[in-house]
Amino acid sequence: MQPEGHDIELSVNGAPYRRTVEARMLLSDFLRHELTLAGTHVGCEHGVCGACTILLDGTPVRSCLMFAVQAGGHELSTVEGLAGASGELNALQQAMHEHHGLQCGYCTPGILMTMTAFLKENPDPSELELREALSGNLCRCTGYQNIVDAMLKAAEMMRVAAP
Amino acid sequence: MTTRFFGAPVKRNEDRKLLTGQALFIDDVELPNMLHAAFLRSQVAHARIRRIDVSAALKRPGVVAVYTANDLGTYWQPGPLLVPPPPIPGIVFDVRTQVPLAKDKVRYAGEPLAVVVAESRYIAEDALDDIVVDLETLPAVVDLEAAVSAGAAVIHDDLGSNVASHVRQTKGDYRRAAANADIILKRRFRYEHGISSPIETRGIVAQWNARGQQMTIWDTTQAPVFVRNGLAAILGLSERQVRVIAPFIGGGFGPKIMIFYPEEVTLPWISMRLNRPVKWIEDRLEHFVATTHERGQIHDAEIALARDGRILGVRDVFLHDNGAYNPYGLTVPINSQCTMLGPYVIPAYDSTFTSVFTTLPIVTPYRGAGRQHGVFVIERLLDLAAHELRIDPVEIRRRNLIPSDAFPFNNEIIYQDFAPLQYDSGNYEPVLDKALAAIAYEKFVREEQPKLRAEGRCVGIAVACYVEGTGVGPYEGAKVQVQSNGRVSLVTGIGTQGQGHFTSFAQIVADQLGVDVTEVDVVTGDTDQFYWGAGTFASRGAVVAGNAISAASQVVRKKALKLASEVFECSEDDLVIADGKVSITGIPGKFVSLSELAQRANPMRGAVKPGTEPGLESTQYFGPPSGTTANGVHAMVVEVDPETFELRILKYVVVHDCGTVINPMILAGQIHGGVAQGIGNAFYEKLAFDDQGQLLNASLADYLLPTALEIPRMELGHTATASPLNPLGIKGAGEAGAIPVGALFAQGIENALELARKGIELLEIPLSPSRLYELTRKDGK
Amino acid sequence: MKPAPFKYIAASSLAEALVLKARYGEEARFLAGGQSLIPAMNFRLARPAVLIDINGLTELASIDRSNAQAIRLGALTRYRAMEKDAGFLGACRLFADALPHIAHPQIRNRGTIGGNLCHADPASELPAVAVAMQARMHIKSSRDERELAAADFFVAPLTTDLAAEEMLVEIAFPAATPRSGASFMEVARRRGDFALAGVAAVVSLDEEERCAGIRLVFCGVGETPLDASTSASSLIGQRCTDKAIAAAAADVRRMVAPAGNIHASAEYQRHIAEILTRRAIATACDRVAHAA
Repeated sequence: MQPEGHDIELSVNGAPYRRTVEARMLLSDFLRHELTLAGTHVGCEHGVCGACTILLDGTPVRSCLMFAVQAGGHELSTVEGLAGASGELNALQQAMHEHHGLQCGYCTPGILMTMTAFLKENPDPSELELREALSGNLCRCTGYQNIVDAMLKAAEMMRVAAP
Repeated sequence: MTTRFFGAPVKRNEDRKLLTGQALFIDDVELPNMLHAAFLRSQVAHARIRRIDVSAALKRPGVVAVYTANDLGTYWQPGPLLVPPPPIPGIVFDVRTQVPLAKDKVRYAGEPLAVVVAESRYIAEDALDDIVVDLETLPAVVDLEAAVSAGAAVIHDDLGSNVASHVRQTKGDYRRAAANADIILKRRFRYEHGISSPIETRGIVAQWNARGQQMTIWDTTQAPVFVRNGLAAILGLSERQVRVIAPFIGGGFGPKIMIFYPEEVTLPWISMRLNRPVKWIEDRLEHFVATTHERGQIHDAEIALARDGRILGVRDVFLHDNGAYNPYGLTVPINSQCTMLGPYVIPAYDSTFTSVFTTLPIVTPYRGAGRQHGVFVIERLLDLAAHELRIDPVEIRRRNLIPSDAFPFNNEIIYQDFAPLQYDSGNYEPVLDKALAAIAYEKFVREEQPKLRAEGRCVGIAVACYVEGTGVGPYEGAKVQVQSNGRVSLVTGIGTQGQGHFTSFAQIVADQLGVDVTEVDVVTGDTDQFYWGAGTFASRGAVVAGNAISAASQVVRKKALKLASEVFECSEDDLVIADGKVSITGIPGKFVSLSELAQRANPMRGAVKPGTEPGLESTQYFGPPSGTTANGVHAMVVEVDPETFELRILKYVVVHDCGTVINPMILAGQIHGGVAQGIGNAFYEKLAFDDQGQLLNASLADYLLPTALEIPRMELGHTATASPLNPLGIKGAGEAGAIPVGALFAQGIENALELARKGIELLEIPLSPSRLYELTRKDGK
Repeated sequence: MKPAPFKYIAASSLAEALVLKARYGEEARFLAGGQSLIPAMNFRLARPAVLIDINGLTELASIDRSNAQAIRLGALTRYRAMEKDAGFLGACRLFADALPHIAHPQIRNRGTIGGNLCHADPASELPAVAVAMQARMHIKSSRDERELAAADFFVAPLTTDLAAEEMLVEIAFPAATPRSGASFMEVARRRGDFALAGVAAVVSLDEEERCAGIRLVFCGVGETPLDASTSASSLIGQRCTDKAIAAAAADVRRMVAPAGNIHASAEYQRHIAEILTRRAIATACDRVAHAA
């Protein structure tokens, strides 16, 4: 007996997609394997590590805690949509590079998406506010310090660029 | 030769791929016709297997195959002993290794019983529920002391007991030291290290190509060469028919160097059997039991001292939790045994350990690899002695530090690299002084702490010292080649899990060949590209591979200069190599590019002189005579809420000496990450096994990894005492951050709460607010 | 960790959702934020045969402060919406204190108050807040509707009074009485973790600044929110001095009987229950002073 398929239409990084999915397919698996946007990573599948964080209509959510079928009609943003059209790293990516904010890089996409939304709403955060915003993304390599420095710097660069 | 890159905080070559989500991690490998595996794991820690009935699972649509141990036929065999025991006199050592799928007996909850292969992981997991397992439960063996007492259930029936190994190493005469001591302190210590829990779990993709008779395996392993060799052997293939690729790996930390995991052995067999590629990605729930742990030891230790605080001797007897199998030999407890000697002069040492089988997951090295346990014991003993003798805890350490003129310092006992433990070089006191200055030790103790205490705040200070044996052999190799387009290729057998090898290794090459670091393309972890190597472990990458890379680069440099000297008909001494060109000194307009030299070195036609090697290429190997010894000091100011026992780190300092540094930015990152894991180990992470060997907190909601709110800002300082054991003078640094943190927390919390005055001692790790409450209740506060 | 198969239906109206639930009963679960349900499904601890997705029922997501007597929260209101509503946080101090303790921002972007209350985790903050505020739960089925005191809603760990065909649709939080202050505090291992113990305290004072009433409800120390209000009754009629508060907290400590868990012994839970009581009541009293 074939599982029931659900037709969905959604937009990811501005591009439209149309697929038929089994209800139980997790959004994280859908992005990675159906759409082959493998930049979003899976770390726990129970909503704790944050590696799978994407933006749903601009808001950070755990893609392992949504079913693909729920994403129909929504606009998703993933790490693949951050760099510019010619591949230029955006302010957050560039800052992470300059401050050595990544080592193995596995948690990095989730952190970039979380911080993209956070810095948009909080353009001038204190270090504590930034750490609070970051506390939903686990990193096992960096000890967070360089990520914090990178994000504070990115925030500063973005304020200077668009006061 | 001036260095532009070596020693500089060069930004990483690999970042772009990782930042844009383009780096290939194991689960990104997608192959046509690929199947997915899921393992049925024992829910019971110790049992005889009566029957496994897979018939229902086979009938589920989408299931292609289900295998148990019997299906593997002659392929089924216990894994090899990876690390033989060191040549220690009188050693008792019995090896029992893990198997691809359990047969007859299950020895830990999580041990694989069967594997389902299906069109999707979703369906494979559905089929796991279809399998009926009939087990005869046996008593679990969890407590170390119970495991070796009479009447304990025996885990490996033919052994007769649960003792895996018994080792005694001595130096000097402890009995005499004790007889001459002014004081002797004796305590029992318990130290538990946790699990590595990288954000990426393990995974394997195996692809058998029947027509080409080639096996390709993608594996999150830290040791691709040995995986290739071992799998080729058991699959009955030549090594050249097997290619192992370690792609980008999301954190290793040790357990990914354990090899011949059941899944690693089973997947290639499945692919050959079904003639289709198969993928297995470990999920987080599995990771808690399927990937190796480091766990606990119980130490009964005593220290004999003179009245002025000088250590006369240490005697220690400890039990080590090995888990159900011991493929990794004695690396972890030997490290504990050796690292307990620390940076101190300990004239007499008598250390005995018993490594014990338990019905729990296998124990193999995890960042620190047993050093934490040893450092905890010696640092705590010194703290207790300091209190007893009324000597400042920093002062007692200073009095015992190995003096700078005593190197190489021979500690005599055998280390994990099978050689006598000898510290190659070191200059310990300046490291301590730098740390004290950075934490403003005197000012805190004399002025700030009394003020804070008067305000009712419980703020304490702690200082801990340690050594780290690094850069062990056997060897690594590297091939450097200038390509005809002028870019330089570097290939080495060692793998990468985030340490920045794509950059630090490129820095070495770039300086030698006068190219920009971004022009060096590094390949690591592909056995088709480099045949030989041991792997990334024991803080050895920079030391061992780094020196091989340097040697290979130097040979290529010489070849380039020689060829250029023939082109210009001048002496090699008149040439300079920079910016991708070789030019005549003082005449920059007269140059030949490296790319042209590379082309000249590989002519399509014509004759070459006898003995000429084609191209600008060299493969070199480096194997140190023994490991090097790095050292460091951590210092911390910590505040503890006297009511709830929650704590907050106010200041954290690390001063570290790892000899010559290739990239200080990458080094700092390694220290930060190590400290973060150390903080997790000291105060947050604890494996909660019940007495049936069940892990009660197998989820990241209950196994508490520190977040950005638990890890403080860290201040780092360095000194550099080069190692005489390798041309670059490098010592390893990968584990340094993690090693002394448990000892630091115990000292800092005791100091904050003035526990010594109250007769309360912290002799265990991990701690937690609840545990502190329990331990401090007894004083009737 | 992939979930077991299920039938998925996106409800397009409340009426439809209720009809579906009546049809499938215990076999079906409502999918709201999914931040508790989906992890349970990924672990295969929960295996509903049918998921009725109610995320489209936006009429159930609302913060209604138009009625002076009670603030009405639609069950589908997301934590994030509450966090962004300064007026709401000002009117419901316990929410202002408790919300930052719930998981992490990414979870709070999806999770809903209805989902949280219906999940009824003993360590969860909002059930204790609801009981402390004496909230009333509005429950509907396709045939009926009823109202229930929060205290009666939480029946056992992870179990509410909802019948198989019922849905929680709205929760009414009585407005704060004049001259009252509230405080929620908890102790957890890390920010966002489940509380080892947490307390919601509401104190009202008379004109002479003596305690006229106290509500004190715990999370994390019992199978359901623990109403310890009567244990703190020694405070009534007294001024909220340190001594009086400490005495009440000691009484509360005697009454609390936690079971302990892997993160905290029962004794430690009891110990911090007392400390939190002391601190929360003191803060609540201070807040009356500042409001006045």
